[in-house]
Amino acid sequence: MAVSSLAGIDESAVVAQAREGDTTAFGELVRRYEGKIFRLAQHVTQNREDAEDVLQETFMKAYEHLDQFKGDSKFYTWIVRIAVNQALMKLRRRKTDKSVSLDETIDTGEDMVLREIAAWGEDPEQQFSREELGGVLDTAIQSLEPLYRSVFVLRDIEELSTEETAEALGLSVPAVKSRLLRARLQLREKLTRFFKRKGDDAFAYM
Amino acid sequence: MLTCKDFLSELSDYLDEAIDAGLRSKLERHITECPNCWVIADTTRKTIQIYKGMEPYPIPPDVESRLMKALEKKMAAKQK
Ligand SMILES: [Zn+2]
Repeated sequence: MAVSSLAGIDESAVVAQAREGDTTAFGELVRRYEGKIFRLAQHVTQNREDAEDVLQETFMKAYEHLDQFKGDSKFYTWIVRIAVNQALMKLRRRKTDKSVSLDETIDTGEDMVLREIAAWGEDPEQQFSREELGGVLDTAIQSLEPLYRSVFVLRDIEELSTEETAEALGLSVPAVKSRLLRARLQLREKLTRFFKRKGDDAFAYM
Repeated sequence: MLTCKDFLSELSDYLDEAIDAGLRSKLERHITECPNCWVIADTTRKTIQIYKGMEPYPIPPDVESRLMKALEKKMAAKQK
């Protein structure tokens, strides 16, 4: 696919061109979203090989079914939905595969129990390099249960609405909300270990 | 009176500004009186902000080139 002069052009115009069979326009859509789709796939599958498969399958399916994209949602939301479905399928397949080690993804069961109530400093992330911070954030996400992880990734990283997240994951809106709350609280707890103000000791809740 | 448990159950909607003004003012009153919930709300808000601020890593060149190759093949097949 040739590098196009479509960069910066309004998405709906690029989508319209792609639907008419313009492969350069489709290539532009791939370039716009491949990084986010790959990140999403890595977060949900926690496996680089699976993530690459998901990335390819997502854009292949999007290309194949472009005529089914109605334009009533954003193109990005549409491909995110495809990507999440592919990623969850991989996850389900892995679960039955005994060779996969689960020790890093097992939920610690801390659930709503809040142990670390220490305040954080101002801009605590500034104490870390970009790489260190990325490592801390990724490890924290990795430790969530797959469905909590997926809800958090769609809502707070990909910034889908609650309704869009519910639709993408086949969950009800209340289920998305309760999982999102738990995911946020668990991540907060994990990050507190890194970001709490020096000298502040955590005390038990209530 | 709002309990800490009530506060926590509304925390997500509170941070997403998806609640009505009446409930909001009750929740805000709770955190002025309850340091624990204030910390939880503040650090949860920061947690969300930090994740939102993360740019995706650039896609590895080998991954991208395999993606483009697969797509080109697919497009060529479709146009036949
Ligand atoms: Zn409280």
